[in-house]
Amino acid sequence: MTVYSFVAQLLAVLIAVAGAPLLTGWINQCRAWLQNKSAPPLLLPYRTLHKLFWKESVVADGASPLFRAAPYIVFGAMVLACGIVPSLSTDLPLAAAADAIALVGLFALARVFISLAAMDIGTAFGTLGARREMLVGFLAEPALLMVLFTAAFITQSTSLANIVETISGQEFAIYPSLAFAGVAFAMVSLAENARVPVDNPATHLELTMIHEAMILEYSGRHLALIEWAASLKLFAYSSIGLAIFFPWGIAHVHEPVGMLLALPVLVAKLAIGGAALALIETLSAKMRIFRVPEFLAGAFLLAVIGILVHFLLGA
Amino acid sequence: MPGLVTQLINLFAALLLLLSFGLLAQRRVLSLIHLFTLQGLTLTASTTAMAFFTGQPHLYWSAAITLALKVLLMPWLLHRMIERLNVRWDVETLINIPATMLIGIVLVIFAFNLAAPISGLSASVARGTLGIALACVLLSFLMMITRTKAIPQVIGFLAMENALFFAATSATYGMPMVVELGIALDVLVALIILGVFMFQIREQFDSLDIRHLEQLKED
Amino acid sequence: MTAPTDWLAIDWILAAIGGWIAIGAAGVLRPHNFYIVARVLFPLGAALCLLVAVAAAAALFAGTETAVLPLGLPGLPFHLRLDALSAFFLMLLGTASAGISVFAAGYFRKGEGTPPGVLCLLYHLFLAGMAMVLLADDAYVFMVMWELMALASFFLVTANHTIPAIRRAGYLYLLIAHVGALAILLAFGVLQADTGDYTFDNMRAQALSPFWASVAFLLAFFGFGAKAGFLPLHVWLPEAHPAAPSPVSALMSGVMLKTAIYGLLRVGFEILPTQYAWWGVLALAVGLVTALFGVVFAAIQTDMKRLLAYSSIENIGLLAVGIGLALLFTGYGMPSLAALSLTAVLYHALNHAFFKSLLFLGTGAVLHATGERNLGKLGGLLRHMPWVGWLALVGALAAAGLPPLNGFVSEWLLLQSFLFTLGLPGTFINNLVPVVAAGVALVAALGGYVMVKFFGIIFLGQPREPRLASSHDAARWERVGLVWLAVGCVALGLLPAQVIALIDPVTRVLVGEGIGPQVASQGWLFLAPVSAERASYSPLLFLLLVAASFALSFVLVRRLYHGRLRRAAPWDCGFPLLNARMQDTAEGFGQPIRQVFEPFFRIDRQLPSPFDRQPSYRMEAGDHLWHWLYLPVARASDGVSRLVGRLQQGRISTYLMYSFVTLLVMLLLVFR
Repeated sequence: MTVYSFVAQLLAVLIAVAGAPLLTGWINQCRAWLQNKSAPPLLLPYRTLHKLFWKESVVADGASPLFRAAPYIVFGAMVLACGIVPSLSTDLPLAAAADAIALVGLFALARVFISLAAMDIGTAFGTLGARREMLVGFLAEPALLMVLFTAAFITQSTSLANIVETISGQEFAIYPSLAFAGVAFAMVSLAENARVPVDNPATHLELTMIHEAMILEYSGRHLALIEWAASLKLFAYSSIGLAIFFPWGIAHVHEPVGMLLALPVLVAKLAIGGAALALIETLSAKMRIFRVPEFLAGAFLLAVIGILVHFLLGA
Repeated sequence: MPGLVTQLINLFAALLLLLSFGLLAQRRVLSLIHLFTLQGLTLTASTTAMAFFTGQPHLYWSAAITLALKVLLMPWLLHRMIERLNVRWDVETLINIPATMLIGIVLVIFAFNLAAPISGLSASVARGTLGIALACVLLSFLMMITRTKAIPQVIGFLAMENALFFAATSATYGMPMVVELGIALDVLVALIILGVFMFQIREQFDSLDIRHLEQLKED
Repeated sequence: MTAPTDWLAIDWILAAIGGWIAIGAAGVLRPHNFYIVARVLFPLGAALCLLVAVAAAAALFAGTETAVLPLGLPGLPFHLRLDALSAFFLMLLGTASAGISVFAAGYFRKGEGTPPGVLCLLYHLFLAGMAMVLLADDAYVFMVMWELMALASFFLVTANHTIPAIRRAGYLYLLIAHVGALAILLAFGVLQADTGDYTFDNMRAQALSPFWASVAFLLAFFGFGAKAGFLPLHVWLPEAHPAAPSPVSALMSGVMLKTAIYGLLRVGFEILPTQYAWWGVLALAVGLVTALFGVVFAAIQTDMKRLLAYSSIENIGLLAVGIGLALLFTGYGMPSLAALSLTAVLYHALNHAFFKSLLFLGTGAVLHATGERNLGKLGGLLRHMPWVGWLALVGALAAAGLPPLNGFVSEWLLLQSFLFTLGLPGTFINNLVPVVAAGVALVAALGGYVMVKFFGIIFLGQPREPRLASSHDAARWERVGLVWLAVGCVALGLLPAQVIALIDPVTRVLVGEGIGPQVASQGWLFLAPVSAERASYSPLLFLLLVAASFALSFVLVRRLYHGRLRRAAPWDCGFPLLNARMQDTAEGFGQPIRQVFEPFFRIDRQLPSPFDRQPSYRMEAGDHLWHWLYLPVARASDGVSRLVGRLQQGRISTYLMYSFVTLLVMLLLVFR
């Protein structure tokens, strides 16, 4: 492990942790512009986090240590996820600690802990949110896994750093199976990051909530950590999507200088991706909760067909 | 790594399969028509690409006919039909949508397996896509079977014709011009007749639910 | 008799088995003396379990050892053999049952139907039977010990025999166990190929035609599948496991089901010389259907032990999928890939033994403390039973397959082995495999759902019954047992390279290759079964990094801001009258699964009418297979029995006529 690897790894984690709220802010701005409203300031999520950290944390009487520990565990899991996904460079020593399957496991770990924390207090909304989150999760997780498998079959490796190097290192080729995987991944991202059409992140009606219902009881620094973790999850998903489908511009292992170029390229790609997400959110309406399994089943089956197409066409 | 032509054709084939699956998963008739139009566009693009890379001028004519008929004329006819029938419904299905998609996957596997030895016999540059075209045909057929209202069935029939056209261009560089013109005319006439048929059903039963047709049997 | 210092591993294990039988006999001498049974005999049994585990671990690296015991019939002694496969499963038996026995020392209390001494006898006979099955080297001792295992567990399942539901469960269990045993016996009959010698060595030397080899495999698959719980022979599992006392459920689910997997591996890979690819396809299909069925049913259960029983069916299905993959690879001549799949299978068997036993024992402690098995009457127990709760959390996270615990490692290995199937010839297989991989991923995700439901409804939230406030935590012995199993789960999760080093000799016995050297070359920190570029996973680093982030964020938040906390009533969106009935019930939590997977279930609903004085709503989600397969078979056998019953006329002259006619026919035959 060279100095460059260490720097690359550290930089990847820091940029993710520092930049994730910025991505969220950008998406909120784009959405406001598309809806012809005046946009909130770009740095508003940072101010919100600062405000929440300053507030006192109010915890219910019956809460167990699991409730208080869950935000930290979820935050830690998301930081690790951002550290594994190659966003700036593929020279990530931590990538050997967890491959694509372990990444999916990491997201599952976060999901389980937050669901358990939601059930801890014993309110109706907490268990409602937990049940719905597991409903979304049980189809989104295999769909994500199948998308990653499509990339793994093409590149004969499940290590994300390796996938990026292989796809961007070869000459430009169109992979039809990745077309299917791309559509499936977009659908899964919408579901897992609690975006319209699956879940409305700005809703205040409890019965329409999935993600928000689980965190109703959190306040102060716990809520800040969970909101930050949600931004990190969106950042991680965007990075995964860029790494698999648009990996050009990410620095390779023996190109430490390439990182200088990689940062503006990443910013540009994320900006476009964020605007696209805001567009999708504006054009869609939120689905009924029982249409969500159909939506995700569609994503899952599309991902499976992607793999089948890969076997058929060899590409 | 296969050449650029094959990759492009493979991509279009994948898009076609994606759109066929999308047709199966739709709940609203308007989006069905939009997806059908997109299918026509994909078909036009792939035929043009084939014509360009393999230097077969008659494929340009095919592409032009496809554009005129499947992207412009037929969707316009369908839109008009929907407005006159005053229909914007949700699609109603005989079996629920996830089950339909699962059967769709089984059909895709079946088609891929069937096509694998046959595509080895073809000399075309895009022979790997025969399996995909066959899968699209089967998926459109499935769509026709599992829908209970008339318009989605018609769209299924048209999508099936799209897929057959794609199979022809990918396996054998298109059909003889006469055959193509004949088929195009047949499809257009079929659409008009089906349109008239739908009006008759609606007048007779006051609804376009094909299950009402079951009343027309000897008892 | 050689001195104990010269004893081989097999001698130690046989001594331990003898010790178990002695302990059982000692228990019967004073059946109602609870103190001796619980405080002396069960811990002794646990110590012997550890002895078996250690001896088996040593035997993994020694060569094959055989022994011949002069028990049994004259001229038919017991042939025993300890090779790497037996040693691995004996190690599994020893380590898991050590924890279970220690728990049982604290669990069996007075006044529970069968006297504790008799339970002690049956329990240790069960252990002895399972260990002897794993050591058996000829069909005779295998079947005798298989039968002993079935009978001992039957009596254990019906320990509370005063309850008719438990008797019915036991009867069903015994029936299916015997149907399976019959199939296994027939399989052995085919394997010995008319030579009359039933030792496994003779069977290995036979060169069966593909037809007969397939017949033997199918019979073995059916027979061992009946014991393991493959569909459609699974119906006994959800009845028998909840009916038995919890340590027995843990032993049955954690260890006994693995003896069936052992049998399948022994017959399929070791005794039969060649494997055919279509066997693999069959096992893949059966395994996937079993796994999906198990997990979907587990998600809708309202009884905590039935939930765990269905979860066991799911895990057995996953094991069958792995075995199917291994058969497929072997059938196409790729033994190194088969070794990867088999490593996943064996690892998962070991993992399941630990986490499922832990969960069953946890439910036992809950049952003892609250008297309730119904999820609708539990809740909020983490506060009153912290030991059981936190250790059950470890078990639930492991069962859900979450990193860095053990369930994840075996799932990871299984999914890795799916990624190699591109090399398989034949488009049908190539198309089948992604579908099966997708199915496995779906099952794993649903497993997470089931475990969140299990842990969340029992231990979290508010108590759904007021008397739950008086539940007591587990006693000292019970805690030791639970901690042992939890530590096992964590260790198996954090040290995969070491565990694979233990599994390597086993796969070499089964397919001739192993992934041990490749894994060892990556060092003890990383697990990279094929190469570091293809895939690598480091659970220790994983845990360290998450823990480091946890610690860092904790400390930073406290330094930069503050750590003030205030307790108040739950927010609940400002609703003031929160009570325990407002939480999700078990049915409610499972409702989305019931709705999405409706065709799987046979739903029986009873809706209230507007005119009911006391309206009630009843819904039962049952098993289609019971109505499609078992009831018709039962009716048919009933009909046939009735027909045969007509012979019983009750009149003496008719019976005399039967004898007379038989005599006439025999005279005719003899004089022809």
